[in-house]
Formats: sequence, C-alpha cells, structure tokens
Amino acid sequence: MKVLFKTLGFSLGLTLLFTLVTYLLPQVKGEAPVEKKVDLSSLTMEDFIALGDDIFHNKGTCTLCHKPAPLGRAPDIEGDDMVAESAKRLADPRYKGDAKDAEGYLRESMLHPSKYVVAGWGKKGSNDSESPMPPVDKPPIQLSAMEIDAVIAWLEAKDGNEVTVALPTAAAAAEVAAGGAGGDAGKAPAPAATAEEALAKFACVSCHSLDSKDTLVGPGLVDVGSRLTSEQVRQSILDPGAVIAEGFPPAMPTDFGAKMTVNELEMIVKYLAEKKG
Amino acid sequence: MMKQTRFSYIRGMMRPVLMFMTVLLFTGMATLVLAETGAGSAQARIAPVGEVRLQGQPPVEIAPAAAKAAEEKAELEAAPQPRRADYPNVGMSSRAIVWVLAQMHLFFGALVLAVPLFVLMIELVGVYTGDERYDDMAHEFMKISLTGFSITAIFGGSLALALFMLYPDFMGYMMHVFGAQVLVYASMFFFESFFLYVYYYGWNAFRYGNLKWVHLTLGLLLNASGLTIMVLANSWATFMMAPSGVNEVGAVVGNIWEIMKGPLWNPINLHRFIANIGFGGAVVGAYAAFKFLSTTDPEKRAHYDWMGYTSNFIAILAFLPLPFAGYYLMAEIYSYSQQMGITAMGGILAWLFIVQAVLIGTILLAGNFYLWSGMSRTEGSERYKGLIKVIAFVLVVSFLIWVTPHTLILSASEISLLGGSHHHILGPLGIMPAKNIAVNLMLIATFLSFQLYRRSDKVATVRWAPLGNALLIGVYVAAVVNIIFLGVYYGYFTNTVYKVGSSVAQVSTTLVVIVAGLVIDTLMFRNAKRLPSHWGRIPDRAQYALFALPIAFTWLMALMGYVRSSVKTHWHVYTVMKDNSPDNFIPTIGYAGNMITLVTVLFLLCVLFMFWVANLSGSRQAKPEATAGGEA
Repeated sequence: MKVLFKTLGFSLGLTLLFTLVTYLLPQVKGEAPVEKKVDLSSLTMEDFIALGDDIFHNKGTCTLCHKPAPLGRAPDIEGDDMVAESAKRLADPRYKGDAKDAEGYLRESMLHPSKYVVAGWGKKGSNDSESPMPPVDKPPIQLSAMEIDAVIAWLEAKDGNEVTVALPTAAAAAEVAAGGAGGDAGKAPAPAATAEEALAKFACVSCHSLDSKDTLVGPGLVDVGSRLTSEQVRQSILDPGAVIAEGFPPAMPTDFGAKMTVNELEMIVKYLAEKKG
Repeated sequence: MMKQTRFSYIRGMMRPVLMFMTVLLFTGMATLVLAETGAGSAQARIAPVGEVRLQGQPPVEIAPAAAKAAEEKAELEAAPQPRRADYPNVGMSSRAIVWVLAQMHLFFGALVLAVPLFVLMIELVGVYTGDERYDDMAHEFMKISLTGFSITAIFGGSLALALFMLYPDFMGYMMHVFGAQVLVYASMFFFESFFLYVYYYGWNAFRYGNLKWVHLTLGLLLNASGLTIMVLANSWATFMMAPSGVNEVGAVVGNIWEIMKGPLWNPINLHRFIANIGFGGAVVGAYAAFKFLSTTDPEKRAHYDWMGYTSNFIAILAFLPLPFAGYYLMAEIYSYSQQMGITAMGGILAWLFIVQAVLIGTILLAGNFYLWSGMSRTEGSERYKGLIKVIAFVLVVSFLIWVTPHTLILSASEISLLGGSHHHILGPLGIMPAKNIAVNLMLIATFLSFQLYRRSDKVATVRWAPLGNALLIGVYVAAVVNIIFLGVYYGYFTNTVYKVGSSVAQVSTTLVVIVAGLVIDTLMFRNAKRLPSHWGRIPDRAQYALFALPIAFTWLMALMGYVRSSVKTHWHVYTVMKDNSPDNFIPTIGYAGNMITLVTVLFLLCVLFMFWVANLSGSRQAKPEATAGGEA
C-alpha cells in the first residue's frame, strides 16, 4: 500500500507540474469571428478604413502569414507601401492578371492570389507560379465584397495614399446583412432549371461562343450539333481530354462530371446537339 | 495412432480459423470488386446516359434512371449550418463532455491497439530464440491489457451517444458523408473480439510446433483488424480537418474512398501508429515498475526489472522516430492549408508547443535516466560512465533552449529594461531553428545513451573494433556539426521557406546517426565477449522514471489531440460546416491544461483498475478453516 501511495503521489505531482506550466503561459482565447453590423447612414471613410484595419488583423487572419521578415511566410504587407508595390508588380513581365491600377490589383490579389506571386513566396515546387494564399472570399476566411473593399481602403490609407474605393452601397450592406460571402455557405448551388442557366452556371460561355464560330479559348459552338453526336458532346464534357479539337490547348476543366447533376448534363447535351449552325 | 490423434486435434483446431479466414477473404474480394467497378463515383452515376427524365418532358421508359436522378439530388445535399439555438443545452459545456469521453476512448484505444503489436513481436522473438521467458512476458502483457478492450468500448459507446445527443446536426452530416463505412467500422469489432479472445485464451493451447504459427497468425489478424479500426476512425478526424470528396458546400461528390483519402489521412495514420506503440510501451512499463517496487523476492524483482527494461526499450524506440512522423504531418498540413499550419505553429496555439517541449523533455530525460541507472546491472558499464555526464549536459542545455519562449508577456517598464520585447541573447533561442537544433541533439544524445547501454555488457572481439569506434565517433561529430550548421545558417540568415526545408535535412542527419550506429554495433559486436548482467540490480528510484514516462506520454497525447482538433478553429468540418455552438472558440491554455489533467488522472485511475483486475485473476482466496462449531 505504501508503494501505491508513493507512486500515485509521484504521478499526480508530475501531472500538476505540467498543469502549472500551462498557467505560466499567456492565457489567450481564440474567439470565432463575429459578424459586425455597419450603419450606412453614419459610416465615414475613417470608420471604413478602421474596419479594414480590424479585418486585416482579426477576421481576415492576414497576419498569420504577412509578417515582417524573418518571421513572415508572405510579403510584409503592413510594412510595405502596397500602392507603390502594386505599381511595380503590374509592370512586372511575370504579371498575368487583368488589373489596371492599385485598387484592382489589391482586389485581384485577394480573390485570385495566383495571378501574381511575389518571387520567393510561391508554393513549394511551383516555381512561384502558384500562391499558397487562399482566396479570401471563400471559406475559411469568407470576406464579403464590402469587407474586401474595407481592407483595400486601409491598405491604401495606411501609407498616406489616396483611398480610391467608394463607401459601401446599400446593395453591399444587404449582402452583409445576409451573412456576407459566407451567407451562401449553407446552400448547395441551386440546380439549373434550363440549359441556358446550366451553361451560365458552369461558365461555359467564358470560353465558348454559343452564337458564332468565333474562337475564344475553346471553339465556337454555334454548329456543334452538326459536328458532334450527342454521345460525343457528352463525352467532351465528361472527359474533355479524350478528344481535343485540333489547334486548341487542353484547357477545359475535367471535373464537370462531379459538379453537374444528371439533369444539367442532359439539358446541356440536348441543347448543344440541337445547335446545327 | 498418437500421430493420427495429434493430426486430428490440429485439424479440429484449424477448422474454425480457416472458416473465419475464408469469410474474411470473400468479404475482402467483394469490397475489391465494388471498388473496381467504381460504384458510387460521379462518372458511374452519370454513365447510363439517355435514361434521365428531363423537366417538362414525358417520363423516360427506363424507371431506374429516375431513381438515379433522385439519388443524385439527395447526394448533392450541402452540409447543414446549424444556428446556435439548434445545439441542445444540457446545462454544462457540451464540448467538455465530448472532450473527456473522446480522450478517454483514444487513450484506451491507443493502448489496446499498441499492446498486441509489440506482444506479437515479443512472441516472435521467443519463437526464434527458443527462450520461453519472452513468451511468458508477451502473455503477461496481454493479460494486463485485456480489460482495456472493454473500457475502450465503454468510452467509445458513451462518446457516440454524447455526440449524437449534443451535436445532432454534425453527426447527421458525418453519417450522411460516411454512410456504410460506419457499419464496416462497427463490424470490425466483431473480428477484433474474435481474434483477441482466441489469441489470448488460446495462448497455452497453441504453444508449440505448428500450432504456435497458428497462434502467431491469430495475433497478426488481431493486429490487422485493430489497425483497420484505427485507420477507419482516423478518416473521420482527418475529414473534419481537411475534407475531401465533397464540394465547397460539403455536398458529397466523391465515393467513400475519395472521402477517406484526404491529404492528412496517411500522415495521421503513421503518426498515431508510432505514437500508440510508444504510449503502450510506457503504460505497461509502469505496471512492471509497480510490481518491482512491491516485491522483495529477488526472482520476481529480476523478472519485473527485465519487463520494465523491455517496456522502456519499446517506448523509447517508438518515440525516436515520432518527431519525423510529426514533421511529415505538419508538412502536409502546411501543404493543405498554410493558414491552418500557421494557426498551429505560429498562431494562438503556438504557446502549447512550449508545454510540448516540457513533456518531450521529461520523456527523454526519464528514458535516459532509466538507461543510465540500468547500467548498474552490468559490470562493463564503468567504461562509459564519463560519457553520461556529457550526455546529461547536452540534454539539459537542449531542453532549456527548447522551452525558451519567443516572446514574453512584459510590462512597459520590463520592456524598457530589456530594450525591446525580445531579449537580445535569449530572443534568437525562441524561434524554431534553435528548437530544431535542440530537439535533434536530444534525440542523438538519447540514442547514444541507448547505444552505450547495449554495449555495456559486451566486449568486441573483432580486430577492426578500434576502427569501428573511430568511425562511429566521426559519424556523431559530423552529424552534430551538420545539425548546428543547418539550423544556424538556414535558420537565421535566409527566409522562412529555407528554414523549413533545412529541418528535413536535420532530421535526416539524426536518422543517419541512428541507422549507422545500429549497423556498426551489430557488425562490431558479433560474437562479442559477454560480461555478467544481473537483472534486478537497479536502484528503486530508477523505477520512478517508468512512472514519469506514461504520465508525460498521456499528457502529451491529450495536448496534441487538443492542438489537432483546435486547428479547425470555428469549424466542425473545416471550410464546409461551421461550428456555431456556444463552445466554438479556442479555450485558453490554462483551461486546456485543466481538462488534460482531468483526463490524465481519470486514465490513471482506470489503468490502476485494469492492473488490479489483471492481478485478481491470478489470486485465489485460501479456504477458511472450519471452526469448532462447524461454521466457516
């Protein structure tokens, strides 16, 4: 029994010692982000910039990576003048985005981070062609368009540059009231009711012209029904790599089979098969 | 006749085992066929083209297609997003209830998965050496962990009930995603129980000859079913951290294999597999230490000393590669989501790694202390006593570097006295490069202790022994220089990307030392002269190291489980299902410490019960002597 008490005492003492260590460290609680209400009637640009500052340091979780060297795992946005940096990056031959000015670049860099990757900060093995940064309008960050504007306003203002973003409109406020970009997180994308809706939903028209033979990224589809059978149209959607039209790059997404519902696929196939030019 | 009877006996024993294996084989084949046909994949669902009923059109002739469309619609159901009011309120923190039950289930689950693994290895060693002591020890390990299987099931069942009651939407979603896989998981318990009981209770019935191989096969099948259970359950945890096979709103778009095979599944499988062995070894080591301290019989002390040594050997041997598995896991986490990786290592959870350093430091110091104390068993250990001081110095200095925090909570006057928030000398020791150097040196020092211990009862007889020793010293020196150089140069003079890359080269260097040490010693001590070794000749205080190990292991497991779960921040399933419960925040480290201590103490009490029950089976009450009146 003496051995039992001695060994139990030793074990409990050691356990309590470990507990004590946890009390010697900073007691920080990690709160989940809380939606903030914005009163448009009294919102000033200063408030909007302050909102951007708050989002950058809290909800946006930007400072997890964007820290001063040598601690950062991404460029030191807070330390750099991002308007001046934007101009340099837009002029860089490696830049492959569509922005024309600092505001556009900053927005693009948040929504499509891989459009331009600062040298040395790309994903391992990507040769700086792919950014490790998640798009900020998608989970887990899920900033609304208004919140992204607020961050841009703060990025412009913090180094004394002119703020080019406008104060939020009623439409943006309505988006926030509905839960911002994250408001859609609970809903599956609604199935398309018509072939036109399905073509729009899967952004087919971004690369294919439906009413002409003009080439955008892929071939025009105005006469696709006379060139391909229904079966071939279906195959070219589900397995675009199987047959690639001559002279075109293999750029079509390969995951439509997983994304489309059976109805949507069949509506698109039927619609395209009937397009005889 | 005798031969005939023996053959019939073997055949009789083999029949149920063969039948069971046939069932297993057919089940496996059926699963493979299903997997090969791609049942359930998006393509397979879409494949029977022309059988779909379109809106506004008359029904198609083939009825099953309509059912398929309905199935498609049902499958593309987004993850639910419960509001706070949707979470049942039981008057106390739901998370705390689940935390305790989940951790207790995991502790015992880890123990009962690990023990049969090394028991099988020990049994195999017994077969090859012909030394029955190994067989008896393996049997004893099984005996003391047997109750653990029931305790695991009790906590597992309670956990499932608590989850369904407290998080109904979340569990509904998980059941929707994993579907029949959960039933496969449940069915594996029948297999595991069958193999467990036949393996344990058949130990003496299948002891020699061909029957021993039947017994070893049963042990293998027990481990196979246990590991299958582990990897299936791991897929739930990793799906919550890094969901796969679902779209951006959590709707299922892949088959069950795509759902399970997330980016973190294999890293977690590997990490848990290794950690479980270390944990199991440490727990049974405490049993041996307790029995050693409780007896004065020299024979029993010798037996339990040997048992404790074997347990410590298993625990430390499994522990040495664990940091490498940890690196692999963290690298995959960073690769999946840099944000998640930094939340763990550089964000709010980063402070927990100071506690981790204290725990790993305790494990290494205790393991080393036990090895040094164990050297008193052998008469050849005097040769190495001087080196122990050097090893102890390296361990203590490395440990202090490891626990040096990067930043301190300071008042304004303290900051002004310090000249900034970081101390100009200690500040650089607070970042990862210094800690990477420290942890690798600690692992090398521990391996050196182990090597010295193994050498202490031997004298090499090969002619090239001096050359072998020189080579070994060269390997150690080169490795230490390389680890320090990589840490200092790439850690302080280049950017973070190279810093992380150099840590891989550092752990590889440590691995080279371990492999080179084992190879050189194996060759050098072939046909070595053996010096007398006296089991049981070890100070009592050394046994307390065997108590420190399981306590630190248990605490460490609970701490890292907390980190693993918390990196999801306010998500049940990262990026697809938000946690809107009142407990959707990361609690303070002090609160986490309290919870971890609570589960550690509960585990300690349950383990004591398990050991007590194991000993109860070997006790027999003496028959009361009859009194004069004939009453007992």
